[in-house]
Amino acid sequence: MLARLLKSAELDTRMLGMVGALLAIWIAFHLLSGGLFLTPRNLWNLSVQSSSVAIMATGMVLVIVTRNIDLSIGSMLGFIGMVMGVIQTDLLPKLLGFEHPGTWLLTLAAGLVLGVVLGALQGYVIAYLGIPAFIVTLGGLLVWRGAAWWVTSGQTVAPLDDRFTLLGGGPEGSIGAAWSWAVGAIACAAVVVSLVHSRAQRKKFDFPLRPMAAEVFLGGAACVVILAAVAVANAYPWPIGSVRRYAEANHIALPDGGLFIAHGIAIPVLIAVGTGVVMTFLARRTRFGRYVYAIGGNPEAAELAGVNTRWVIVKVFMLMGLLAAIAGAVSIARLDAATNSEGTLAELLVIAAAVIGGTSLAGGTGTVAGAMLGAVLMQSLQSGMVLLGVDTPLQNIVVGVVLVGAVGLDTIYRRRMGSVS
Amino acid sequence: MTKFAVALLAGAALLLSFAALAQAKGKVIGVSWSNFQEERWKTDEAAIKAVVASDGDRYISADAQSSAQKQLTDIESLIAQGANALIVLAQDSSAIGPAVQKAVDEGIPVIGYDRLIENPNAFYITFDNKEVGRMQARAVFAVKPVGNYVFIKGSSADPNADFLFAGQMDVLKDAIASGTIKNAGEAYTDGWLPANAQRNMEQILTKTGNKVDAVVAANDGTAGGAIAALAAQGLAGAVPVSGQDGDHAALNRIALGTQTVSVWKDARALGNKAAEIATLLADGKKMNDVPGVVKFSGGPKKIEMNSLFLTPIPITKDNLGVVIDAGWIKKDEVCQGVKPGTVKVCG
Repeated sequence: MLARLLKSAELDTRMLGMVGALLAIWIAFHLLSGGLFLTPRNLWNLSVQSSSVAIMATGMVLVIVTRNIDLSIGSMLGFIGMVMGVIQTDLLPKLLGFEHPGTWLLTLAAGLVLGVVLGALQGYVIAYLGIPAFIVTLGGLLVWRGAAWWVTSGQTVAPLDDRFTLLGGGPEGSIGAAWSWAVGAIACAAVVVSLVHSRAQRKKFDFPLRPMAAEVFLGGAACVVILAAVAVANAYPWPIGSVRRYAEANHIALPDGGLFIAHGIAIPVLIAVGTGVVMTFLARRTRFGRYVYAIGGNPEAAELAGVNTRWVIVKVFMLMGLLAAIAGAVSIARLDAATNSEGTLAELLVIAAAVIGGTSLAGGTGTVAGAMLGAVLMQSLQSGMVLLGVDTPLQNIVVGVVLVGAVGLDTIYRRRMGSVS
Repeated sequence: MTKFAVALLAGAALLLSFAALAQAKGKVIGVSWSNFQEERWKTDEAAIKAVVASDGDRYISADAQSSAQKQLTDIESLIAQGANALIVLAQDSSAIGPAVQKAVDEGIPVIGYDRLIENPNAFYITFDNKEVGRMQARAVFAVKPVGNYVFIKGSSADPNADFLFAGQMDVLKDAIASGTIKNAGEAYTDGWLPANAQRNMEQILTKTGNKVDAVVAANDGTAGGAIAALAAQGLAGAVPVSGQDGDHAALNRIALGTQTVSVWKDARALGNKAAEIATLLADGKKMNDVPGVVKFSGGPKKIEMNSLFLTPIPITKDNLGVVIDAGWIKKDEVCQGVKPGTVKVCG
C-alpha cells in the first residue's frame, strides 16, 4: 500500500534512501549520546553549522554536472571574507562612522560583486582559454588563500559590525517564533500551489496524472515536515544570559521562571534554504539550467545543438563565486571575526556533500536538494561525534569512510537500476 | 668520542681562522625560515635584521615555503654563501637533521629557532611553551577556582598543542584531583581553525547544558571561536577564556572583557636574542658560555642541549599597557568599542 503510494507519487527513491540514512544516523547518535542529539537545541545548532557548506554545495552541483570541478571555493571564501571584514571595520566606518545602519548591506554587496568577478575570471580562463578547471581552480586555491593573507598581512579582523553578525545566527540572528510560523505557512502554501499548478499543466498537455491520493499525500507530508521544522526551531528558547540582557535593554522585569523567547529559524538557515530554492528553480525550470544538464550529458551534442557552452560554463563559475561570497558572509558573521584561515578545506567538504548527495563526477546528473542533504549528513556526523566525545583524528576517519561508503552504495544501486531498466 | 672531539676542535680552529678572515668584512648570519605565510615571522625577521645590521654583520636568508625538502637545499646554499652562524626555523624537526649535521660538520654553529631541533651540537632558543600553558591555566584559575572547565586544545598534529595542555594540567591537576574543578570536555581543534573550535565549543555547551564555568583555549584563534559560541548562549564575558599570541583582535576582546588572558610571546625579543647569540657564536664563543644558557633534555629523544628559554608575558585587562608601550598594537585598536571607565589604559 505504502509502496504503491510512494511509487505513484513519483518520489526519487535515491533521495528517500538518503533521508532514511540521515534519520538512522540521527537516531543512532541520539541513543548513543543519552538523548542529546534530537533536541531542539542540537538540531538548531546543526542547521546553522551546516548552512555555509550547504550554500556552496548547491553551486558545486552545477559545476560538477558540467564535468568541471572547483577547488578554489574554500580559499575564495577566505579571501572574500577578509575583504568584507576590512570593508566593514575599516573602510566604511571611516566614511560613514561606526555602526552605521547601511554598513552591513554595502559590505555584503561588495562581497557578492567580488565573488562574481572572481568566479567570472576563473570561468573565463576555463571556458575560453581551455585550461582544465582542475588546474585553474587548483591555482585559485593557492592564489586566493595567499590573497586572504595579504589583505591584512595575516591579522584577524574582529569584532564585526553588529548588524552584519546577524547573518551568522545566534539569538538575535534568528527571526523569532511569529515570523518563523509565517515563513512556514508561506512555504507550505507555496508547496500546495506548485502541486496544483503542476497538475493543471500536466492535464493541459495530456501528461499522465498522479492519483489524487498521491497528490494529497505529497502536499500533506511536505507541510508536516516544514511545520515540524519550524516547531523545533521555535522550541529552542533564548539562553538565560541573552534573555536577561534583552529584559534590561527593554526595561522588562524578569519573572521568576525567566522569559521564554523562542529562537525561531536562524537567518543563515533561511539564507541557505532560500538559496536552495532559487538554485533548484534555476536548475530545473530555466533555459540556463537545461543547458547546464545538456552540457553535462554530452558537451559535443550540446554545442552542435547551438548551445553557447562556453558562456554557460562562465555563468556556472560566476554563480559558484557568488555562492562562495554568501557562504563567506555567513561564516565570518557566525565567528564574529574574519580570519585568513577561514574556509580552509571547505572545498573538500562541499565536493563531498555534493557527491554524497548523488552528484556524479562523470557529469550530467545531480540535484541541489541532494547536495544540501549531503551537507547536513556530513555535519551531523561531525557534530554528533563531538557530542559523544570522539576526538578529531577519529572523526576524520569516520567521515572519510562514510564518504567512500556512500558513493560505493550509490554506484551499486545505480548499476542494479540500470540492469532492471 | 675523543676522535669526534678532535674533529670538533679542528673544525673550530678552522672556523676561527675563517672567522678571523671574515671579521674584517663583518660576519654573515644566515637564517633559514620555514614559511612566511604567517604574519609573525616577518616581525621576527625585522628583529634579527636590526641586531645583525647594528653589529655590522651581513644578513642572508631563505624561505623554505613550508617544504622540508626545500629547507635542506636552502641550508646548503646558506653554507655555500659563507654563513658564519645559522639560525634555523625548522619546518620539520626530524627531517632537518642531516642539514644541521652538515653545518655542524663544517663547524658552523646552528641555532634552532622557536622549534626544537634535536641535535646535541645545536643551540635551542624558544619561549617556554609549557609555561605558556601554565600561565593560561593560572589566569583562568584566578578568576574561577571552582567549577566545570573546558579545554579547547590546538591541532592534534602539532606537538606544541600537547606541551600547552601538559602545562595547563600542571597547574590544574591538584584542583581536578580534589574535585573542585571538573574536566567537562576537551577537544583538539583540527588545523587550529577558529571555525572548528566554535563548533566543538557549541557541542560541548549542548552536551553540558551550558554548565561551563571556564574555558582554557590554546591560542587566540581558538579562543575567538569559543567566545563566539559562548556569545550565542549569552555567556561571553561571564566565562573566563584564555588564549595566546597577542592577536590584535584578542587584545581588543580582553579590553572588552570577553577574553581573560592572552599569553604574549614578544617575537622581537626572541629575534633579538637569537641574533645576539648567533653573533656571539660566530665570534667563536662556546655554547655553554652564552649568558643565561640552561641544559634542556625534554625533547622526544631526551638529548641534552644548550638552550635559552624566554619567559612569555600573560596580558590581562590590568597590563594591556605593556603591549601598547612595546609598539605591538595601537591604543585605539585595543580600545575600540570599550566603554569609558571600564579599562584603565583606555581611560
